Amino acid sequence: MSEHLTIYPIIVHLLTAILLLLSWMNPKVQRYISIIGSIVGIIVGGLLFSQVWTEGIQSVQLGNWKAPFGITMVADTFAVTLIVLTNIVALAVSIISTRNMVSSRLKFGYYAIFHFLIMGLSGAFITGDLFSLYVWFEVIIISSFVLLTIGGRNIQIEGAVKYFTLNMLSSIIFLTGIAMVYGVTGSLNMAELSRIIPEIENQGLVHTISLIFFIGFGVKSGVFPLYFWLPASYHTPPAAVSALFAGLLTKVGIYAMIRVFTLIFPLGEINQMILMVVAGFTIFFGGIGALVQKDIQRIFSYLIICHIGFMVGGLSLFTEVAIVGAVMYMFHDIIVKATLFLIGGVMYRIFGSTRLYDMGGLMDNYPRLSFLFVIPMFALVGVPPLSGFWPKVSLFMASYTQGEMFLLIMFIFASLITLVIIAKIWNSTFSKKPVEREKRKAFKYFEKFSFAEKAAYIVPIIILVGVTLYYSFFAEHFQVISERIGKELMNTEHYYNAVFGIKEETKL
Amino acid sequence: MEILLAIMTGILYAAGIYLILRRSLVKLIIGIVILGNGVNLLIFLMGGLVKGSPPLIPEDASALEGIFADPVPQALILTAIVISFGLQSFAIVLIKRAYKVLKTDDIDTMNKTDDIT
Repeated sequence: MSEHLTIYPIIVHLLTAILLLLSWMNPKVQRYISIIGSIVGIIVGGLLFSQVWTEGIQSVQLGNWKAPFGITMVADTFAVTLIVLTNIVALAVSIISTRNMVSSRLKFGYYAIFHFLIMGLSGAFITGDLFSLYVWFEVIIISSFVLLTIGGRNIQIEGAVKYFTLNMLSSIIFLTGIAMVYGVTGSLNMAELSRIIPEIENQGLVHTISLIFFIGFGVKSGVFPLYFWLPASYHTPPAAVSALFAGLLTKVGIYAMIRVFTLIFPLGEINQMILMVVAGFTIFFGGIGALVQKDIQRIFSYLIICHIGFMVGGLSLFTEVAIVGAVMYMFHDIIVKATLFLIGGVMYRIFGSTRLYDMGGLMDNYPRLSFLFVIPMFALVGVPPLSGFWPKVSLFMASYTQGEMFLLIMFIFASLITLVIIAKIWNSTFSKKPVEREKRKAFKYFEKFSFAEKAAYIVPIIILVGVTLYYSFFAEHFQVISERIGKELMNTEHYYNAVFGIKEETKL
Repeated sequence: MEILLAIMTGILYAAGIYLILRRSLVKLIIGIVILGNGVNLLIFLMGGLVKGSPPLIPEDASALEGIFADPVPQALILTAIVISFGLQSFAIVLIKRAYKVLKTDDIDTMNKTDDIT
C-alpha cells in the first residue's frame, strides 16, 4: 500500500465522487458520504505527509512508464502539506454544505462536483508533468464553473460569465506556454525540464516563455492587472462555495507559480523585478479596493487579492527565507480566508444581508459567536501571537536584508490597510447598534435555526479556527515544515532524484 | 508548410482575441473557440513537422530509426481538443442561460456584480 500512497489523495475523492453519483437521487445520504470522504481524505493526506516527512520526496510512475516518458506523480513536502490543508477545508465546507445548500442544489450533483474539485486540486499539487498540470487545472475550473452556476440566481450567472471567460483565457495562455516549452525542449516532465532549460542557448526565449506562464497563472491567482474577475464572481455563490474558492482556487495558481518559478524557470533579475512590481501593485489595489467596498463578502474578496501580494512578493525575493515566508503565509491564508467566507455566510443568516450597513449588535446578541469570529479576523491582520504574524517575520526580514524597500513598504501597507478594514468591519458588525429594519419574509434567520442547523454552520468555523489556533501557538511546527519546503524548492536536485529514482545519500 | 502554419496560428490568435474583446456574448464564445484551435495548431507546429514517416516501429526492428513524426504533440492536441470541447459545450449552455435570465447579450450592461452597494 505504502508504495502508491502518493496517488491515494486523488483516488479517495474520485471514489467519493463516484459513490455520490450513484446516490444521485438521495441528497440525505450524499451529505454523510461527503463528510466521510473528506475525513478519509484528511487521514490519507496525513499518512502521506508522515511518509514524505520520514522518507523524503515520494514519486509514482503512472502505468509504470519510466520518467521522463510517462507521467510522474511527485509528492514533496510542499504538495502534501497543501493536500492536508485542502482536505481540512473540504471537511469544513462539506459540513456547512449540509445546511447551506438547499436540497434542490444537492439534487443537481453539488456534492459530486465538489469532490471532483478537491480531486483536481490534489492532482494539481502532486503532478510532476506540465501537461498533466494543465489537465488538472481544467478539472478544477470545470468543477468550479458548475459550483459557481448551480442554483442560478441572476447575479450568479453574471459572475459566472466573467469567471468563465478569464479562466478559459488563462488556460489557453498556459497551454500556449506548454506548446512553446515542448517546442524548445522536447520534454514536459518538470524534473527533466529543470535540467534542460538552463542549457538552452537562447535564454531570451526562455524568459519570454516564463512570462507567458506567469500571465497564465497570474490570471488564476488574481495578481494586479489580471484580478478583475475575482471580486466580480467570488461573492455571488452561497457561502460554502465562496469559502472553498477563496481558500483554495487562487492558492493553486500561486502553487503552480512557485513550482514553475523555482523548479523550471528559476527567477532571473528581470523576472524578479517584474514579480516584485506586480506584487506591490496587487497589494496596493487589493487593499484600496477592499477599503471602498460596503459588502462583507466583497471586502473579503478584495482582501484575497491584497494578500496574494504577500506570496508573489515572497517568491519574487527568491531567497530561501523569503520562500519560507511565502509558503508559510500560503498555509495561513488558506485556512483563514476559508473561515472568513464561512463567517460571512453566518452573518448573512443573522442579519439577512451581507451589506455592512444592515449589520450591527453582534457583540451584544451573540457574544460567544463574536469571540469566535474575532480570532480569524485578528489572525488575518497579523496580531501576535495569531497565525498571520509568523510568516510576516520571514517576509519582512527577507525584504529588509535584501534592501527591497518598495516591497517592505508594501508589506507594511498591506498589514495596516488590513487592520483598517477589519476595524471597519468590527465597527459596523460587532459594536454598532443594530439597524431597525423589516424582517425579510420567507427567509430563515439564524435565530430561528434548529440546533442541528446552527451546528452545521458553526462547527466548520470551530474546526478551522482550531487549525488557526494550532498554527498560532505551535507556529514552530509550521516554521520547520516551511523551512524544509524552502530547502526542497531551492535545491531542485532532491526533486530530480526522486523523479528519476536516484538514491540520495544525504537526507534533508 | 511551417510558414503557412505559423501565419495561420497568428491569424487564429488575433481573430480570437479580437472577438473576445467584442461586446456580444456569442462572439465571446466564438472567440474562445477560435483561440483554442489556434493553441492546438501551435502545439502541432511546435512539435516539429515531419512529412510521411509515421512513428511506427517496423516488424523486424525494436526501435525507431531516422527521422520520424513525434507522437506526443498529437496526444497533447487530442487531450486539449477533448477538454476544450467539454468547456465549450458548457459555455454555450451558460450563455443561453445568461441570455435568458439577464435578457441581454451585451457584455457592457453586465456590471451588476461590480456595483458598490
